[in-house]
Amino acid sequence: MLKIDSVTKKFFPGTNNERVALRRLSLSLVEGDFVTVIGSNGAGKSTLLNVIAGRYRAEEGAVLIDDLDVSQLPEHRRARWVSRVFQDPMAGTSPHLTIEENLAIAFHRGKSRGLRMAVTKDRRDVFREALATLELGLEDRLQLRVGMLSGGQRQALSLLMATYLEPSILLLDEHTAALDPSRAELITRLTKEAVERHNLTALMVTHNMHQAIELGNRLIMMHEGEIVLEVDEERKRTTTPENLLAEFGRIKGASLSDRTLLD
Amino acid sequence: MITAVELGLLYAVMAVGVYLTYRVLDFPDLTIDGSYTTGAAVTAVLIISDVPVAVAMLAGTLSGVLAGVVTGLLHVLGNINPLLAGILTQIALYSINLRIMGKSNVPLLRESTIMTPLREAGLLGTWGSAGFLTVGAVAIGAILYWFLGTGYGVALRATGDNELMARSQGINTGTAKIVGLALSNGLVALCGSLLAQYQGYADISMGIGLIVAGLASVIIGQALFGMTAVWQAILAAMAGSVIYRVVIQLALNANLNPNDMKLVSAVLVVVALVVPQVPAVKAMRARMRRRRVAEAGVS
Repeated sequence: MLKIDSVTKKFFPGTNNERVALRRLSLSLVEGDFVTVIGSNGAGKSTLLNVIAGRYRAEEGAVLIDDLDVSQLPEHRRARWVSRVFQDPMAGTSPHLTIEENLAIAFHRGKSRGLRMAVTKDRRDVFREALATLELGLEDRLQLRVGMLSGGQRQALSLLMATYLEPSILLLDEHTAALDPSRAELITRLTKEAVERHNLTALMVTHNMHQAIELGNRLIMMHEGEIVLEVDEERKRTTTPENLLAEFGRIKGASLSDRTLLD
Repeated sequence: MITAVELGLLYAVMAVGVYLTYRVLDFPDLTIDGSYTTGAAVTAVLIISDVPVAVAMLAGTLSGVLAGVVTGLLHVLGNINPLLAGILTQIALYSINLRIMGKSNVPLLRESTIMTPLREAGLLGTWGSAGFLTVGAVAIGAILYWFLGTGYGVALRATGDNELMARSQGINTGTAKIVGLALSNGLVALCGSLLAQYQGYADISMGIGLIVAGLASVIIGQALFGMTAVWQAILAAMAGSVIYRVVIQLALNANLNPNDMKLVSAVLVVVALVVPQVPAVKAMRARMRRRRVAEAGVS
């Protein structure tokens, strides 16, 4: 499904400000894997997602999706396989377009877009049915502009837009972090449902330890551009946030001062 | 006054072109000062060479499409700032337009143009021709409305609205911008072609400051009619164009110097851009927005 082979990503390479964000990082996901990614700020978690999505090009190494080397493909061409939900609820939708127009775009992700009407009567039925799974009543407001929705509603819509076409790999970039607790819980539940319904392969960055343990079948911890800990399915079932923190402290070789990890 | 309405309806073609770049693509495109004249020049030169009027107009429109593509390539491939890319094309077109015309003014007197039937029927300057021109303008607006509702049209709107989202949904935003600029400048060149035939000449300076007139039309229309839906925004741009020409005519009737009209236009646009930021106006608009949201039934 997804194979990241010894990828190195540097920012400002060759200057005094050079910063290595990913250091010969390798990671493989098989079909149906749902990997949660934790780590302190600046560990390279978001960079990893951006390298997979094609927003950044890696200096070294390769990204393979479905056994195809996509390292040189620009972001919009990778959209055939990759979809993502961003931390910012505003980022994943187009505010001046209506709900149905946003869905028309997403339900055509990675396909050619011609001069046929984006929204037709038949398609509206498809949209309504898909929106009903969110249980937010959005199916009755197809013609509302997305900018009128709340952050939680927009994020739920983003999630639907990212998962409906069953991407080869779903990227979730702290997609519940900007929401209030009850909305975050809703999005977490919807994520779980969508991933299970479509048996998606997913990579989720989170700052929330409980969420990292609760969701997914594998967990990785990143630090300074490297994967420093991998927790497999069996161990993940029994581990606790305290365990992970202790592990992290041990790896860092110092007691943990980074409170952001605890959330 | 009917003349002003006629002019406004002809310029409405340009106004929807400006709407397409300035509003839909969020790309303030200064190419149009040049591509407008290019459309007029190509059409005029072909008409006096006895090329059929329809072909001359099509060629004029395509010359504008080409100009838009150039600006788009400068921006997308050359990473040149949108304003600068437009200015560069516009300035280059000044020389090209002179080359096309061979001189700074090409008269179309006694030539048969698309306006000839209206003129011979004695309709020009009457409400009859205004009716014809309205139908023409609305037809062009309707085509643009149809396009913006297609799969590609929606992708283009998303590109201007949230470029990162568009790209992550597989839209080639660079191509979308080039297509948008090409269409917009095609419309503007068509407008130039129409105006040359209406006025009876193409002139090298006819496009100077056109972007201000275009922005004024879009902004006035939006301020008066709102811009919630696409069809509303297109109609607003066209109505704004007519209102703008009428206002200019009123200023002329009030014995203002015609040379001051560019100053008047600029002041008009500045007022339309600044007034919505005045706190009292802001509060009023927020109240209206809340009411709309409440009506839409959003919790």
